[in-house]
Amino acid sequence: MESAIHIHNLHKTFNKGKLVALDNINFDVRKGELFGLIGPDGAGKTSLFRILTTLWLADSGNATVAGLDVVKDFKEIRRRIGYMPGKFSLYQDLSVEENLNFFATLFNTSIEENYDLVKDIYVQLEPFKSRKAGKLSGGMKQKLALCCALIHKPEVLFLDEPTTGVDPVSRKEFWEMLKRLQSRITIIVSTPYMDEATLCDRIALMQGGKIMQLDTPQQIVDRFADELIAVRSEQMYHLIRDIRELPDIKGCYGFGDYLHVRFAHGAWTQERLTVALKDRHTLLEFCPITPGIEDCFMALMESHA
Amino acid sequence: MHKEGQIVISASELTKTFGDFTAVDHISFEVKKGEIFGFLGANGAGKTTAMKMLIGILSPTSGNASVAGYDIYTQTEHVKQNIGYMSQRFSLYEDIPVIENIRFFGGIYGVGAKELKAKSAALLDKLELTSSAKTLVRDLPLGWKQKLAFSISILHDPQVVFLDEPTGGVDPITRRKFWELIYEAADRGVTVFVTTHYMDEAEYCDRISIMVDGRIAAMDKPAILKEQFQSPTIDAIFTQLARGAKRTAD
Repeated sequence: MESAIHIHNLHKTFNKGKLVALDNINFDVRKGELFGLIGPDGAGKTSLFRILTTLWLADSGNATVAGLDVVKDFKEIRRRIGYMPGKFSLYQDLSVEENLNFFATLFNTSIEENYDLVKDIYVQLEPFKSRKAGKLSGGMKQKLALCCALIHKPEVLFLDEPTTGVDPVSRKEFWEMLKRLQSRITIIVSTPYMDEATLCDRIALMQGGKIMQLDTPQQIVDRFADELIAVRSEQMYHLIRDIRELPDIKGCYGFGDYLHVRFAHGAWTQERLTVALKDRHTLLEFCPITPGIEDCFMALMESHA
Repeated sequence: MHKEGQIVISASELTKTFGDFTAVDHISFEVKKGEIFGFLGANGAGKTTAMKMLIGILSPTSGNASVAGYDIYTQTEHVKQNIGYMSQRFSLYEDIPVIENIRFFGGIYGVGAKELKAKSAALLDKLELTSSAKTLVRDLPLGWKQKLAFSISILHDPQVVFLDEPTGGVDPITRRKFWELIYEAADRGVTVFVTTHYMDEAEYCDRISIMVDGRIAAMDKPAILKEQFQSPTIDAIFTQLARGAKRTAD
């Protein structure tokens, strides 16, 4: 299948090489894919976006976007991509409509010409079209920024943490919009929220400038090598400490109202855990579980540490 | 256990209006000593405004509240001396060393010079940062930064600590280790008032409230709320309540 983005041995450092932002990254994003970069602050997501959007130069390696070289063909790439940076970057003192008009004009087009692409989102903004962008709520700002990134009908859309700091309901709405756009455009999106990973076609789990794993969310989950069991008791804070004291435990962390306990297959059973914990814990409960992306991410982090 | 029932935060019909807009609409609640209280709500629901009133930097329009035993209208300076505050956005000065951050914030919170010296040393020792005392905060790994920021916010032994989205953008392991620090502080009797957009973190709280359109739409222990709403997760309850919201602006 045709690649929308091709990345080969991309390396980027700061502070004269002391800080490695991207550590020889390699991957491809296919045309029409909704591709997720999943990782916390400092993983290297923004550095990668800035190189791909031709704003920064890599120390070494190369990359293409829409078949064009990010160094040689930077001008043409800028015409063909949409970029929504992590920081809100529209003009706060222009109205909703003025911002959108401005970006359309920059790309030598008009709102009318590409209205069908942004219509779905813009109708939600239309009641506020004369309001200044700076006076919009967080969720509305995101929607406007997305419209402005789309108004010139880009081939590839770069969204850098579009949902950070946005409440769970607005996050869900934003992802519903992305799913609808996906049929018409290649989208690469970064997020620190692990639950959003499952909404992507393929994801790269990033940490400390490296890609720990890259695959479909389902295959990443299928590759989880250990056994996982959920536990809770009335003394949760002490339960974490007590379980970590046990031998052959690879990880024990809170997940909502349970702890997820990770160990090699067969190292523990529910019965043996009960025996080990029942003297110090009341209302001890177990629940069999299958791992989620967050479990996978944490297991990978610990094996890379 | 320190949960003997002493009320540390008490709000009654607390209200704030800006012109004809009611940001916080008659909210009432109490938080007990050593409790972890999760304060949830969509963007624009009124969380920040409510929190600003409780920490003594915004005067209410009507209603009453006291924090750590002090009135939030008339004793705001006492309120500020008896609380800690940490947010994701601003918690430490990145371009000064660890030890100077500790001294600076300790000084701001009124910890005496002699006591501050002892406390700084104890804190560095506890966080295993003694050898990094002169490291600039910006050069610390994220997990250490978070630990340091939280520890500094409770350096002056406040009765209550307010945490405003303390874990945004943090990796999943650091995020959980951070919550273990919160548990530890609560276990020592510090009352914790925390906002978050991570719904799994809501489950770590003793009690939570969910704000919608300036009011508290639901408030109880997470397990009881899930039973009440017949819902397996807090996320689902939050979505159900917030989708009914009338206002969308911040």
